[in-house]
Amino acid sequence: MHSLLRNTRAALLYLGSNPKMIAGLTILLLLLLIGLIGPLFVDIRMAEPISVRTNQPPSAEHWLGTDSGGRELLAVIIAGTPQTLRMGVLAGVIGTAVGVMLGLFSGYFGGWWDRIISAVTDTMLTIPPLAILLVVASSVRAVNVEMMALIIAALSWMHATRVIRAQVLALRELGYVQMARLSGLGSFSIIFREIFPNVIPIAFASLVGATSGAILSGMGLEVLGLGPQNTPTLGMTVYWALLYAAFSRGMWWWWGPPVIILALLFIALFLIASALDDFANPRLRSQS
Amino acid sequence: MTWSYVFRRLAMFFAVVLAATTINFIVPRMAPGDPTAAVLEQLLSRGQQVEGAQDIVANYRARFGLDDPMVVQYGRYLFNSLRLDLGSSISYFPQSVTSAILSALPWTIALLSVSTVIAFGLGSLIGALLAWPGSPRAVHRLAPFLMVLSAIPYYLLALIVLYLLAIWTGWFPLGGAYSVFPSGLSLATLWDLAYHAFLPALSIVLAGLGFWALGMRGAMINVLGEDYLALAEAKGLKKRRIFFKYAMRNAMLPQVTALAIALGTAASGSVLVEVAFNYPGIGYLLYNALRSSDYFLIQGVAFFLVITVAFAVLVLDLLYPLLDPRIQRL
Repeated sequence: MHSLLRNTRAALLYLGSNPKMIAGLTILLLLLLIGLIGPLFVDIRMAEPISVRTNQPPSAEHWLGTDSGGRELLAVIIAGTPQTLRMGVLAGVIGTAVGVMLGLFSGYFGGWWDRIISAVTDTMLTIPPLAILLVVASSVRAVNVEMMALIIAALSWMHATRVIRAQVLALRELGYVQMARLSGLGSFSIIFREIFPNVIPIAFASLVGATSGAILSGMGLEVLGLGPQNTPTLGMTVYWALLYAAFSRGMWWWWGPPVIILALLFIALFLIASALDDFANPRLRSQS
Repeated sequence: MTWSYVFRRLAMFFAVVLAATTINFIVPRMAPGDPTAAVLEQLLSRGQQVEGAQDIVANYRARFGLDDPMVVQYGRYLFNSLRLDLGSSISYFPQSVTSAILSALPWTIALLSVSTVIAFGLGSLIGALLAWPGSPRAVHRLAPFLMVLSAIPYYLLALIVLYLLAIWTGWFPLGGAYSVFPSGLSLATLWDLAYHAFLPALSIVLAGLGFWALGMRGAMINVLGEDYLALAEAKGLKKRRIFFKYAMRNAMLPQVTALAIALGTAASGSVLVEVAFNYPGIGYLLYNALRSSDYFLIQGVAFFLVITVAFAVLVLDLLYPLLDPRIQRL
């Protein structure tokens, strides 16, 4: 337990001084603030259709203008950013939790289960996620944010399984694990008390990656029109904008802000994942 | 490469095909509502007399064979899918799903393969230079840009590229793949095709470049620490030779493995790029299928997407032993 605390401190000290981590967290925090503070200043009921005059360019009254469906775009962004984040985090957490479990068991126990889990993982990794999501999302019509997160989580566990399993294979042979086994500790205790604490940094990196991947998959479904129809997420806003030809009509204020916010979100998650990678893989540090 | 390796890879390929078929079979059955009713309702909601509506419904009933036991239905579905008989499309009616997809697939494969090869090759080269101590300073300055690029997904980059280079400056066409459908091969047609394909390809290349560069940089850093590089240097070999033949060649191995894994994501991404540019590949087909709720076509596109990528990965895995002599050849 002491070593876990010490390791955590070392990790926080390192990450706290990593410029990528600081930049990534700052952007993420700003995006979170949009959803937290925004509603205090802007009435997010204006994100509903037919609540304002349509097709207005940005003005003092409507900072980001309005779209063809009569939505206020600043309100849409304020209401939509947290929805997109919620969907991504939910799918990322569920997917990573499943992936870490499978990786731990598969790596520790080995044998037939390991072979089956590894084969399924490797096979699933080569399947374009969009293909499966399409079939599911087009059959289950009228999805909401939570359902979308669940569907996406079903395809977000493989990466975690793969990296955790590789790590466990190495840890399993270390002296202290052998020692624990010889002293008669049960398999589950060894997995969760001796091995798991050592894979936490990698699990975290997987979580960030899975969250980013989930937001990516979600955006893919949304821009194809398969997202939640009644929730103003960022991806759906881009979908509506494209459907109503906002591009050729010169309505940059309609598609621009959601695209920029999504891009910032992906950059922030990438920077955080990259910093966690640097921490887990010290050889990369010297170069960056 | 032993026979058991080849056999295992082939088995994996068929496992993927089987998985894709099974998902196509199970998911619509788990969804609420009777598929036949859904089709009927859909034909009615389109508000127009659809030529051969009876045929389509009969086709549906026959395909779903709703009175047969599940196992029989599944067996038949599997058999039909393996023969590439995926039913008829509603939105492209007289055409079958397979023929609609086969006429769109070449566009996707050409666009995706050319731009992936460029992104992979160029990205790996830049990544190798990023890790190489002797490369010019300007190259190192590229690193942050590449990071940002690798973080932004295909689709968003496509929208940004589309706005900057097609709408704002007007240098490139807004979408499509040709001005008039190419009838013969001439220099003018080729130029027209390249002109239309440039922006979609640029989006895919830009989105992939950073990913490959960063992966290569990591692999290269690992290789640079190896003893055989110190030996090569001590022997007085030319820098250029050490870079390409000793360092880069070995660092490429994990890149090729990564390519097999990343292909699925790349295919998903480029489908969306096609949507953004109205490029007539399977992404565009899919978009139309979704807008007209053409379920067989949606499932067909998903099926073909999975098989195409699985096939590319199979080829890549079978070629891998040529790159890595440590894996025995036949």
